[in-house]
Amino acid sequence: MVFLSNLVNGISLGSIYAIIALGYTMVYGIAKMLNFAHGDVIMVGAFIIFCAAQYWGMSLIPSLLIAMAVCTLLGITIEKLAYKPLRQATSLAVLITAIGMSYLLQNTALLIWGANPKVFPSLFNLDTIVLFDGQLSIKGETLITIAANIVIMIGLTLFTSRSKMGKAMRCVSEDRGAAELMGINVNTTISVTFAIGSALAAIAGLLLCSAYPMLQPTTGSMPGIKAFTAAVFGGIGSIPGAMLGGVLLGIIEILGKAYISTELGDAIVFAVLIIVLLVRPTGLLGKAVREKV
Amino acid sequence: MSEAKIRQNTPMVPYPSGAMVPERDLGSIPVLECSHLGIEFGGLKAVDDFNVIMGKTEIAGLIGPNGAGKTTIFNLLTKVYQPTHGTMMLEGKDMGNMTTVDVNKAGIARTFQNIRLFDNMTVEENVRIGLHNQIRYGMFSGILRLPKYWKAEKQQHEKALELLNIFDMAGLADVRAGSLPYGAQRRLEIVRALATSPKLLLLDEPAAGMNPHETEELMGNIIKIRDQFQIAVLLIEHDMNLVMGICEDICVLNFGKIIAKGTPDQIQQNPAVIEAYLGKRKEAEA
Amino acid sequence: MKTKKARFITSMVTYGVVIALYIVLTIMIDNKSISRTLKGQLIPICSWIVMAVSLNLVVGISGELSLGHAGFMSIGAFSGIVTSGWLLNGFEMEDPTLRLVLAIVTGGLIAGIAGALIGIPVLRLRGDYLAIVTLAFGEIIKNVMNCVYVAVEGKALNWGFLSGDLPGTLLLNGPMGAVKVKTISTFTAGFLLVMFTLVVVLNLTNSRSGRAIMAARDNRIAAESMGINITKYKMMAFVTAATLAGMAGALYGLSMATLVPTKFSFNESINVLVFVVLGGIGNIPGSIVSAAALTILPEKLRFLQNYRMLAYAVLLILAMLLSNNPMMKSLWKRLIPGRKEKAEGEGAMRA
Repeated sequence: MVFLSNLVNGISLGSIYAIIALGYTMVYGIAKMLNFAHGDVIMVGAFIIFCAAQYWGMSLIPSLLIAMAVCTLLGITIEKLAYKPLRQATSLAVLITAIGMSYLLQNTALLIWGANPKVFPSLFNLDTIVLFDGQLSIKGETLITIAANIVIMIGLTLFTSRSKMGKAMRCVSEDRGAAELMGINVNTTISVTFAIGSALAAIAGLLLCSAYPMLQPTTGSMPGIKAFTAAVFGGIGSIPGAMLGGVLLGIIEILGKAYISTELGDAIVFAVLIIVLLVRPTGLLGKAVREKV
Repeated sequence: MSEAKIRQNTPMVPYPSGAMVPERDLGSIPVLECSHLGIEFGGLKAVDDFNVIMGKTEIAGLIGPNGAGKTTIFNLLTKVYQPTHGTMMLEGKDMGNMTTVDVNKAGIARTFQNIRLFDNMTVEENVRIGLHNQIRYGMFSGILRLPKYWKAEKQQHEKALELLNIFDMAGLADVRAGSLPYGAQRRLEIVRALATSPKLLLLDEPAAGMNPHETEELMGNIIKIRDQFQIAVLLIEHDMNLVMGICEDICVLNFGKIIAKGTPDQIQQNPAVIEAYLGKRKEAEA
Repeated sequence: MKTKKARFITSMVTYGVVIALYIVLTIMIDNKSISRTLKGQLIPICSWIVMAVSLNLVVGISGELSLGHAGFMSIGAFSGIVTSGWLLNGFEMEDPTLRLVLAIVTGGLIAGIAGALIGIPVLRLRGDYLAIVTLAFGEIIKNVMNCVYVAVEGKALNWGFLSGDLPGTLLLNGPMGAVKVKTISTFTAGFLLVMFTLVVVLNLTNSRSGRAIMAARDNRIAAESMGINITKYKMMAFVTAATLAGMAGALYGLSMATLVPTKFSFNESINVLVFVVLGGIGNIPGSIVSAAALTILPEKLRFLQNYRMLAYAVLLILAMLLSNNPMMKSLWKRLIPGRKEKAEGEGAMRA
């Protein structure tokens, strides 16, 4: 029973990682860059919801919508200001810029909201589900998180395979030059990708802070790193890979902390990642790129 | 421009197994022996039943339409791809377990269809990379600048210039390789490959992008290299003047299979070859 | 690539400038004409310079992105602290210089061994996957160090993992880190370590092994075809860098009275990477300048008080945008005599 409880928590945490990982993997696929600032966009989203709920007394949905709008705008702005000018630069240069952007967001948040951790309000007024004669209790939020992940995953898969913009995104990921020649507006496509990723970040922020209610400017940092590793773990650039990587990572983290050691929880997660990558060097669902000789 | 066209009329004699090698190489072990060599990519046989025996100092050509599998064979010989069928032997040694690095150490060097120079290094440095396993010293000798370092660096410098002189390129030693004109880059790749002291030199389209004068020069240089270093050369080429001029034995490939093998004269008259390049004669044009 | 002569001159100038700075700063310390803040930063600057130069060996010369370099610094720091404490308490070695030297050497060796062990799995991967695994190892090291307890009892060392109930004098206290360290690092030691690092890295780069490392970076398949064992040379760069980072860590660790394992986090690894990128990938003298400047900069920005780190972030972004702007790049190229090369090459061919 305890195992089931841990498993469910693992899937839930993993779902949050998966939603964050989706943002990383989509942006990587299309812009071939690691958007380090993504984790901090999550933090911004969480803070917006916090302000909306705490100071302006809004309920769940309006707060979430405002946060999604702000994050989307933020993501698009960051892309236009800092990443677009560097499209021809080396990937390392873009990486450092993204890191600078991450510092920028963290320190701005620090200035606005201070370093003291805020307690995230409980916005989901859901009952805890009790199963097996009270031996297994699952919080409503946990199930919502898992459900949200599934819905997002299905939605994104349909979007990228059926919709015109989704197909455009796939084209730009494969061959930017050819996509441009086919009349696809690359700038818009990239902006849309960042927009979607950032909107998802807001959702992730809500779910993350609902489960772990401490909110500080550095809140997004570690989940960002873990989600980024999850994206690579699942195969960078692959949407199902991000989902799989995220969920697995969450499960490994919770089970590791529960059954092996709490202090070494992170070490276990990263150790598993290393082992998997050694066996499958391009991630679980990643494609090996053959170089033409 | 020389009046006489280069043409090799090497007497070819049958080697015990039936394949033809130059008469002068009859007493030595063949440098290369491929037996039913092939590679399959998920059902598609990119190369199928490739059989060849090359004499120690033979210059052989590999020709065929684009996509016939010629570069794939080079990749097989250098173990960039692992063959799925058949065997390869270098001077009698089975190459089955060798890696690309082993292959070069054992004596095969190559150039690339798409030129793979170290663009940001100078011409001389590129050649020195080729000398990496020929003139050596260890990491610590380098860091501590022991006498071995100074001696070996001087040796490498001299040897590099000596090799570059084959193509009159010694004067370009300090030029950045990436800024060389196309023809010079191709020649540098050959020098670099030669620096590894190979027994068999694989040249992938060495004359690509060269004008007739440069091609004639190249032909002379390849023969000169063969005579001076006593090595074998296998080349892929589309320039028929070069192929017919310096190759002693030619192998024609189409769709991954050998469709003809023989001397230049034999190949030029072979109907299967003509068909592969020009297509079937239309009945009405007979 | 510059000609041999140009590279020789650059190396000599680098050594010269470092020596000159050392002399000047030592005089200023003796005259007490140096600010207290700067004086306190001298040893850390030396450590960060060594970190940046060693990371440049991996990122610039070997062409692999390492996001866990601080992990090696951590191993070196705590190994050094333990060594110094053990020698002092167990063997009554009072001489601080001898202890420092032994600590730095030990820190380097253990970090080097860690580098070799980590390198085996890491260097099998490519590109972003390699980077991620280095990040993973960095986090693992941080996490593990947080659980290590070491105490010295007589001549023996007692180890504890996850629990700190050890007999003897405690040297490492798990998450609390190093306990009451005797700070024996000196600026002279730092200067010597920097010089050592420069000699190792510059000489390695300008040697047969260095050329092989760069060939493996520039064109892996071509290098393999030349008989160069890619893994061997990538390992060479990686392990050398790890060893140097360990030595830097020991120097750093023995200059702080307290040091916690979580100090050596992903953020520190990224910091060093920023030094390397801003100083120029593959540009060793550049790494020296950027490491020193960017260590001093946050202090200089103190007047901005709360806006300090924000200003740093903005400056970083601007620096990256400006240095990669196509207009700036073509301006730069016209100032550099590299243009001549292409003309020479083509002219000679037509002659």
